[in-house]
Amino acid sequence: MQLTNRSKVVSNKVQSFSERIYFPAIISGMAVTFSHLFKKRPTIMYPEQKREMAPIYRGQHVLKRDENGAERCTSCGMCAVACPAEAITMTSGERKKGEEGLYREEKYAKTYEINMLRCIFCGLCEEACPKEAIFLTDRIVDADYERDDFVYGKDKLVEKVDKRIDVTKRQTPEVLAFKKIPGLKHNELYTDKLNKGKH
Amino acid sequence: MKVTIDGIEIDVPKGTTILQAARMIGPEVAPPAMCYHSKLKTSGGYCRTCIVKVTQGSAANPTPMPKPVASCRTEVMDGMVVENFINKEVLEARKGVVEFLLINHPLDCPVCDQAGECKLQDLGYENGAASTRYEFKRREFEVIDIGDKIKLHMNRCILCYRCVKTADQITNDRVHGVISRGDASEISTYIENVIDNDFSGNVIDVCPVGALTDKTFRFKQRVWFTKPVDAHRDCKVCSGKSRVWLKGEEVLRVTARKDQWDEVEEFICNSCRYDHKKTSDWVIEGPSPVNRNSVISQNHYEHLNQLKLQVLKQQKALGFMPLDKKP
Repeated sequence: MQLTNRSKVVSNKVQSFSERIYFPAIISGMAVTFSHLFKKRPTIMYPEQKREMAPIYRGQHVLKRDENGAERCTSCGMCAVACPAEAITMTSGERKKGEEGLYREEKYAKTYEINMLRCIFCGLCEEACPKEAIFLTDRIVDADYERDDFVYGKDKLVEKVDKRIDVTKRQTPEVLAFKKIPGLKHNELYTDKLNKGKH
Repeated sequence: MKVTIDGIEIDVPKGTTILQAARMIGPEVAPPAMCYHSKLKTSGGYCRTCIVKVTQGSAANPTPMPKPVASCRTEVMDGMVVENFINKEVLEARKGVVEFLLINHPLDCPVCDQAGECKLQDLGYENGAASTRYEFKRREFEVIDIGDKIKLHMNRCILCYRCVKTADQITNDRVHGVISRGDASEISTYIENVIDNDFSGNVIDVCPVGALTDKTFRFKQRVWFTKPVDAHRDCKVCSGKSRVWLKGEEVLRVTARKDQWDEVEEFICNSCRYDHKKTSDWVIEGPSPVNRNSVISQNHYEHLNQLKLQVLKQQKALGFMPLDKKP
């Protein structure tokens, strides 16, 4: 039975003299190598030199603060339920009196962890977030030695008050309008059904 | 008595309401209901979400009723013809009702513990408009504790009176009710009296929204990350048949079992609800039935085949090529 049509017939032909001494083959190989000296170099010297990225590149996440510096995330769990890789976990806490400047709403994320090894950087968490709290950025997740170190907690995810991370490019009117297109929502099928009079 | 609902005829005994008759046929014709609760007497008639159009009053008098009626409070007549989902007027009216219910609702679902099992969410999703037209300030109340186990968020209340009826009918003496009228009406205890009754916790389960929530479960976990199982224990006060919400080995919450219509099957006592939060306290019978469209069934993989069927169905409706027929 033929398993694949990509199989090749192997020949046992005897090598000629010029093939046997290998010298011509070495010369032609060196010629290829040498010719590359005069070609444009594709390698860049990262991290000194960085490649240009798409403005909405999906790299390391950030948990945003609002204009007053309070954390936007309210630990609603929509990102975790949307996550196809199940990389996000969180526990919630209740805001106490006097913490209004720290957390935007009554409930906040006490811990919030993303396993960067599980994450596939699809951006569904960003899309699911009802509070505009989580965004993917054009930063690349750093290499590390231990697996545990890839579980990023709030210390690495929440942006620093004095070092805000700009995500305005992801919030262009087009993006915001896109989020509101009814045709792209799960809703539509249902409304269609209702309009046809079938439940 | 013969009654036709959405073109489906059914024979029901005298004294049945339209809503009950529709529920006998099945969920495809049953109108949604927020305030009606099958286990509570005199419940219903407040929220108006179950309105239907009666196009023929009875066989003897075939004149249609002039405006939509609340199906939970209207008894069937012989030969009555009712239109629910097939009537545009009803759907439009229900959309209006949902808009009214949501006028003062804070829409704080990301914070609310009821999110995921909230009837108002379902109702809004299925019948509501995508955005609000209301421009005024929503009414606001302080969050208060009713006893040490129940939290009352009056902002979220839709005044369905279910908890009041529960307190009236299940527990021996009622210490809470609705005070004030109209826009100012609110659920309150007598001077924030503590509800200490063996069955007071059931007001949490009957609440269709997140107004009354369990303080022992407050912000512990979103419901869709917990796993509901049916379990029982020997209880001297109640039947002990409960639904236990697990996260791993941990019991996060105990509620009463709910039926297909999301209404409590058997009321459970406070001891079962609050004091038995160890897996060893319970005899676990098996996973609770969860509607596959509910977010609680997310990340539970028991229903993969059903899911596939539904995806194929949706693709067909949208005109996509089915997954398995792709080249």
